[in-house]
Amino acid sequence: MTLPTTATAIAAAVRAGEVSAREVVDAHLAAIEAGDASINAFNLVLADEARAAAAAVDAKVAAGEDPGPLAGVPVALKDNLCTRGVPTTCSSRILDGWRPPYDATVVERLAGAGAVAVGKTNLDEFAMGSSTENSAFGPTRNPRDPERVPGGSSGGSAAAVAAGFAPVSLGSDTGGSIRQPAALCGVIGVKPTYGLVSRYGLVAFASSLDQIGPFSTTVADSALLLEAVAGHDPLDSTSIDAPAPSLVDVLDRGVDGLRVGLVSELMGEGIAPDVAGRVRQAADALAAAGAEIGEVSVPAASYGLSAYYLIAPAEASSNLARYDGVRYGLRVDAPTTAEMNAATRTAGFGAEVKRRIMLGTYALSAGYYDAYYGKALKVRTLIVRDFEAAYERFDLLLSPTSPTTAFRFGEKVDDPLAMYLNDVCTIPTNLAGHPAMSVPFGAGADGMPVGVQLLAPALGEATMFRAAAALEAAAPPLEEAWS
Amino acid sequence: MSDRLTRDDVAKVAHLARLELTDAELDTYTEQLGAVLDHAADVAALDLADVPPTAHPLPLVNVLRDDVVAACLDREEVLAQAPAVEDGRFRVPAILGEEP
Repeated sequence: MTLPTTATAIAAAVRAGEVSAREVVDAHLAAIEAGDASINAFNLVLADEARAAAAAVDAKVAAGEDPGPLAGVPVALKDNLCTRGVPTTCSSRILDGWRPPYDATVVERLAGAGAVAVGKTNLDEFAMGSSTENSAFGPTRNPRDPERVPGGSSGGSAAAVAAGFAPVSLGSDTGGSIRQPAALCGVIGVKPTYGLVSRYGLVAFASSLDQIGPFSTTVADSALLLEAVAGHDPLDSTSIDAPAPSLVDVLDRGVDGLRVGLVSELMGEGIAPDVAGRVRQAADALAAAGAEIGEVSVPAASYGLSAYYLIAPAEASSNLARYDGVRYGLRVDAPTTAEMNAATRTAGFGAEVKRRIMLGTYALSAGYYDAYYGKALKVRTLIVRDFEAAYERFDLLLSPTSPTTAFRFGEKVDDPLAMYLNDVCTIPTNLAGHPAMSVPFGAGADGMPVGVQLLAPALGEATMFRAAAALEAAAPPLEEAWS
Repeated sequence: MSDRLTRDDVAKVAHLARLELTDAELDTYTEQLGAVLDHAADVAALDLADVPPTAHPLPLVNVLRDDVVAACLDREEVLAQAPAVEDGRFRVPAILGEEP
């Protein structure tokens, strides 16, 4: 029989004994072998480990044991998720040779659910970037057009799913690093509510903003994967102590009567007309499915970008202080420890990471703390208040995911501010700690995918996924460019 | 607005962050970081005296557990990742400037 391609279908077929996990994994490893030389989605392919894990799933099926809800599902892991004994690089030279002594909670949960990790995916170094050009291992290419970026920072995880190397993957989203590459590669990407998914074993970038989430080609697959990794974890003190939401079961409930607000600040200046056009088309599709559509203002969203690029670097400058050549990774020898620390960090970090560390150090330094970091934290309050007001009138909000479709290599990499502007639509949700997801909705004028973003209040995933399923059903074919 | 961030500021911040910059890098970073800070000027200019700060999206409380022995990382496995170890500890070069 033809092998199933979605995670949902693979798990069902493997659990029923219709196909073996080994066949499924072999087929995906073959696809990676054949195609990844030109995409560079993976930093490391775990062929032997994946075959062994698949064999273990098949043995369970043969023995009549429950192989788990993700039985035999190949999954790609962003290379900032710790895997015990397996190199975890964050696409940085400074973690050269590091093999973590523990698994991230999400990695453990996936294995427990029967999923099979096929490899570690490329990212902007330490998840800092919007194009995956800031990787020590070279850029990842967009499978829809190899001359264009896949977005970032989880560009490898988005490209792996778009290229068919794995039906699902995990990424991390600090300011849009799941949703923006999902939009640019034409796949689904979800940033869950802060605290819904354990961050234990996710290498920290900005701890009050980071959240792990899924990529997939269908809404149902993201629901399945998120259900498997979500839920309380005593190893993460910011983990929400509540049961994980049911998502797969709500997908067919429709959007009848749901109130959806189009965010006016994210539909005008700076947003490409074809992208805005697709978002309006998506709103019309939701209306046709029974939702009530209105416009809503989130005024403080305009300040989100500025606040984010003070808060995230400030947290990063503190989190990345640990890379000092003492306990793991790279060491550049020097006569004293202070000189060794500096020589190691200078050689080990790339340009964007250095920029952010310096920006954060400056924003936190004496004399500037109140003007920059302190102000940014207050703007964060304004954003939370604006969202609260918006969610009094609406169940969900709708906006573009990214202001443009995928851009070309080199277009923005030397202009940090231009690169940062990619995140203008995605950042406010991270600052508020809310969930949001990107759903593909047709192509732009250049034929590249457009992603529309659904935003929900904290723990509003179930409603968000219902609307995502409605958008998926109504999405125009990618083959028809916007005109 | 870029005059608020000087080349000397960048040199000082780089030193605090234990990063060594060449002269050319100092020039580049001064310009790039200045541009980002210019953009952040809209935030710095806001009057937010009555607004409380939000450092975190969740109402955080200390998380405690019972004081019982639990599994922890294996010491040998952890030390095996270090660039240099000695007698079960991390080994570093001289800290106070004395000869090792």
